Amino acid sequence: MSENRNNVLKLENITMQFGGVVAINNLSLEVNQGEIVALIGPNGAGKTTAFNCITGVYEPTNGIVYFHGEPIVVNHPQGKMVKQYAGINGDLYREKKPVAHTPDRITHMGIARTFQNIRLFKSQTAFENVLIGTHLRRNSNMFTATFRLNAKEEKANREKAWNLLEIVGLAEEGKELATSLPYGKQRRLEIARALATEPTLLLLDEPAAGMNPQETDELGSFIVDIKNRFNLTVFMIEHHMNLVMDISDRIYVLDFGRQIAEGTPEEIQKNPVVIAAYLGVEEE
Amino acid sequence: MNQKKSKTPMIITLVLVAAIYVAVFIAEQTLPANSMLFTVLKKGATYALVAVSMNLLNGFTGIFSLGQAGFMLVGAYMYGIFTIPIAQRASVYQYFDGGMIQFTVPVIVAMILAGLAAAFFAFLIGLPVLRLKSDYLAIATLGFAEIIRAIFQWNGLGPITNGSNMLRSFPSFNDFNIRDGQGNVTVYLSTLIPFLMAGVCILLIVLLINSSYGRALKAIRDDEVAAEAMGINLAHHKRLAFCVSSFFAGVGGAMLAMYQTTVQAKSFTSAMTYEILLIVVIGGIGSVTGSVLSSFLFVACSEWWLRFLDEKQMIGTFEVPLLRNGFRLVVFSVIIMIVVLFFRRGIMGDKELPDLLSRRMKSEGRRKK
Repeated sequence: MSENRNNVLKLENITMQFGGVVAINNLSLEVNQGEIVALIGPNGAGKTTAFNCITGVYEPTNGIVYFHGEPIVVNHPQGKMVKQYAGINGDLYREKKPVAHTPDRITHMGIARTFQNIRLFKSQTAFENVLIGTHLRRNSNMFTATFRLNAKEEKANREKAWNLLEIVGLAEEGKELATSLPYGKQRRLEIARALATEPTLLLLDEPAAGMNPQETDELGSFIVDIKNRFNLTVFMIEHHMNLVMDISDRIYVLDFGRQIAEGTPEEIQKNPVVIAAYLGVEEE
Repeated sequence: MNQKKSKTPMIITLVLVAAIYVAVFIAEQTLPANSMLFTVLKKGATYALVAVSMNLLNGFTGIFSLGQAGFMLVGAYMYGIFTIPIAQRASVYQYFDGGMIQFTVPVIVAMILAGLAAAFFAFLIGLPVLRLKSDYLAIATLGFAEIIRAIFQWNGLGPITNGSNMLRSFPSFNDFNIRDGQGNVTVYLSTLIPFLMAGVCILLIVLLINSSYGRALKAIRDDEVAAEAMGINLAHHKRLAFCVSSFFAGVGGAMLAMYQTTVQAKSFTSAMTYEILLIVVIGGIGSVTGSVLSSFLFVACSEWWLRFLDEKQMIGTFEVPLLRNGFRLVVFSVIIMIVVLFFRRGIMGDKELPDLLSRRMKSEGRRKK
């Protein structure tokens, strides 16, 4: 299907229906290697739901998610949903075998994410938070870890965690409890933790939420910086239009679960549909 | 950059622990062997291990399990079944023609078997039960413990478990004493050996907790969704914690068998689980040090210091009111309520001994400046 190897992430006709509510309706999008792509839309448009479908938190009702050309999520309406299904293209994938992975498997494949409402490990220090992110690439098992036979790996992981903390500018705060850090730093720490899982695709869910304009500016250059440094592809949800317009290569706009526009920042800014649905309200 | 943790608190802790072991050894050689102190120390060591194993689940992984008594029962029975001397089997299994198993294994092997059997049961029950969360999981594990208790008393299993009759005559803590030819004890080890057993097991648990896996467990406790997003396989890690915890509960059960010198399924009630839960809560959920300290405190109170509450006490000619059989438990309940209401974080909170030491050293260092 998706022969274009340049596609890091490709969503095809994703529909997510909870009971009678269609949270996402037939969403298709592509994120290419090295791009920063933003997903914007008013509150409740289904942006975070889209993230949850990609990362395996939810199983979409219909549609396919490709990651580096591999289908990682495949589903079509089943059971009760066959009758209830209110989206479109419901019988497109009827012949396909459903594929579903738990979130940890998907992280293992190379998709890391941050959360809209920060979810750090609250009883752990900043350093330990990042260190936990290195756990999934381990070669040790429980016994070698208990008897410290993995000392080399452990040391490498610790160094890696400190390096990441330094890159996100939190080396000083490494020993502090993660939740005692100021908000902006917690957001950076979440990104560092996500980077520790060695992703190729980074999903950022409102990375600038709660930041002041200056912090937001810094965050923009920070995202570009880590993208280049780690050879990442970034897909982000964001409400700060300055940030979105500054750093994204392309933008998708969602409204009420439907994709209403797609294009470069310039195109989106001029798009009358978007202005009506979203930006128009802000410009008043 | 202060990447390296100071090693001093760790060393002080190790020295302290070593000192305790030496003190136990010396006390055992000098004090009378029937002193209440040793009863407390032996049972305390046993409960410390079980409490730490329960803390691994409840405190470090955030799985609220109440199956501890069940796993201890499995461990105690495994130990008893495989260590009763062949000569004694005919009298122990008198209703079952001397039982089915006619061989013994060394004590240490029997203890490991006890742990493995408990871990195996944990694996089986974990398959359906670990999908549940909080209260539901607690109820399911509690139910499991009750079922296990009933099964082990079933006559059909009599040739192995001796039905509802007790197992006895297996090696107990007192058999670790070194005796001379006349049977007189030359070196007392009956308290030191359980201390060593519990110590080694707790050390293993501590090593696990401070490893990469331990961090993953703590991550699950803090936030399951985030842990999963960090690539931690929830099912795998929860099962692992459940089996490891049960392994050590099984070993603890074997130690309890040695302490009691007899094993009977009906004594492994849910009340036993609650006792251990209590120890964990009083010690501090998420603190190994706390669990260890509070198990000795708990055992000392229940076996020794508060015993007087169960008997009539006279002050001169005045008979103290209320004191009679069972009053100890009333006092105990009040203490527990006070702990839960006012000291919710227990003795240690989630701190360990080295943490406390390093904090003290830090504050002293600051004062010097």
